[in-house]
Amino acid sequence: MSKEKFDYFVEGDKGKYEVVIGLEVHAQVLSNSKLFSGSSTKFGADPNKQVSLIDSAFPGMLPVINEECVKQAVRTGLGLNAKINNFSVFDRKNYFYADLPQGYQISQYKKPIVGEGKVLLDMPYGSKEIGIERLHLEQDAGKSIHDMDPSNTYVDLNRSGIALMEIVSKPDLRSPDEVNAYIKKLRTIMRYLGTCDGNMQEGSLRADVNVSVRKVGDKKFGTRCEIKNVNSIKFMQMAIEYEANRQVELLEEGKEIDQETRLFDTKKNETRSMRSKEDAHDYRYFPDPDLLPLKLEQKLIDDLKKSLPELPDNKKERFTQEYELNSYEANVLVSEKEISDYYEEVAKLSDKKLAATWMMGDLFAMLNDKGLNISNSPISAKNFAELVQSIKSGEISGRIAKEVFEIMVESGDNPKKIIESKGMKQQSDPKELEKMINEILSKNKDKIDQYKAGKEKLFGFFVGQVMKLSGGKANPQLTNEILKKLLKG
Amino acid sequence: MSLDKEKIKHVAKLARISVDEAKVDSLTKDLNSIFKFIEQLNELNTDKVEPLTSILNQSLRSRKDEISDGKIREKILKNSPKKNEEFFVVPKVVE
Repeated sequence: MSKEKFDYFVEGDKGKYEVVIGLEVHAQVLSNSKLFSGSSTKFGADPNKQVSLIDSAFPGMLPVINEECVKQAVRTGLGLNAKINNFSVFDRKNYFYADLPQGYQISQYKKPIVGEGKVLLDMPYGSKEIGIERLHLEQDAGKSIHDMDPSNTYVDLNRSGIALMEIVSKPDLRSPDEVNAYIKKLRTIMRYLGTCDGNMQEGSLRADVNVSVRKVGDKKFGTRCEIKNVNSIKFMQMAIEYEANRQVELLEEGKEIDQETRLFDTKKNETRSMRSKEDAHDYRYFPDPDLLPLKLEQKLIDDLKKSLPELPDNKKERFTQEYELNSYEANVLVSEKEISDYYEEVAKLSDKKLAATWMMGDLFAMLNDKGLNISNSPISAKNFAELVQSIKSGEISGRIAKEVFEIMVESGDNPKKIIESKGMKQQSDPKELEKMINEILSKNKDKIDQYKAGKEKLFGFFVGQVMKLSGGKANPQLTNEILKKLLKG
Repeated sequence: MSLDKEKIKHVAKLARISVDEAKVDSLTKDLNSIFKFIEQLNELNTDKVEPLTSILNQSLRSRKDEISDGKIREKILKNSPKKNEEFFVVPKVVE
């Protein structure tokens, strides 16, 4: 397969510009309770029902760390091939906002729990490594609701204090496509690890996007702008596109770019300056006096490392070898842990290649159509394997298999039962087929003569007749063979 | 390090403390003398000393991941200057 060339640049009158992107991804930690309090983290509860005195910052309350959140951060760090720091510190990041009752967010500044790591992306132009700068633990803020009252803002603190992992990339990304691949890869890794559900609709995964531009060949980075809190990959891509073009335009006009925080307006499809955040970078970080430093025993880290599940990169490697899948097939089939589990079950009970083809074709198309995913597929892996096996063994043809598949979707029935009860089994008995073919030939003597005289396309006519007589169940390959033999004789 | 009046106003604004314009001068003087006192510490060479984050030689206490709190909305909202049955209500914050 020939590799495409990387080609994402912004063309200006004075030259070609490269777009440099770094992401700060905020991933909500999967845990039952919050980072520093015992309130539930469940999404969608009634407003302010999952709030403790700690989450609402009543005076005198002391935070106590949730050990599972720490483990989840370590697992994620290991999944990102990153250095785990045995010693990390919680700091206060001070700013005022209505949904931050403490007046500061507990975060990690100088000493994060996880240091440098890396993530591998599969791009059409080859694989690309994206550096991870760090991962730290911090508290999520509450939610401000602006559209329920014309003159007031409502505050719901259910989200306040849920553990977040902020994953900071190095400025290694160069296009909206790479951002898409990077976010999806992070999401896949965290879902494999069970450390974040990656649900962007519910806000479990959001990102701040740093964008700058520089002329191709320049070594120095341009001045960057940070686009805050973008919550879908599509919006991230649109925001980057807009922002890169805006910056190139400014540079071409000989103007300077202000380093600032911007907001992506999803209705107007543009970014604009957030003036309210002018003072926002003056966070006055200092170590939180309520919390001692977090010390991790090496044994805990080693034990967590041993208990990690097989990760997508390794699984992909294994799938290409064990199941002889190509890189594309393996990528699709490891994209979700549930999909890879389903595939392995089917492949083990049937044929590995045919299983991949039918899963990625008919099964995915059907799930997509019905808005379902593999976990709530109307066809179980066991039944799907039986269907694939029936095709492989020649019991049914591919065409009949599509009919059986449809019935399986509707009824959830076992394919054997469907084939049996509807008499869909392929006719593969040579004697029976020969009998059938002879019957047709004897009725069409004139056509045999024409065929022998050179009108070869009549072959298709004979096949058609056999199919008609057998109700579509004649084994097409055998039919062809026998027909050829008999017509010769 | 010395603080000028602008810096004092800026810090006050960040901390949401209202400072009477008439008091800025005396505040600046006071804070500067406090800083000067503290700055004596800079006479010590601390190049090879790790910053101390706590005087307790203990590790962070942790808890199990269990739901043990919440469901006290009435209590939580009780002291809010403005509220309705479900939410804290604050002046419109527009972005």
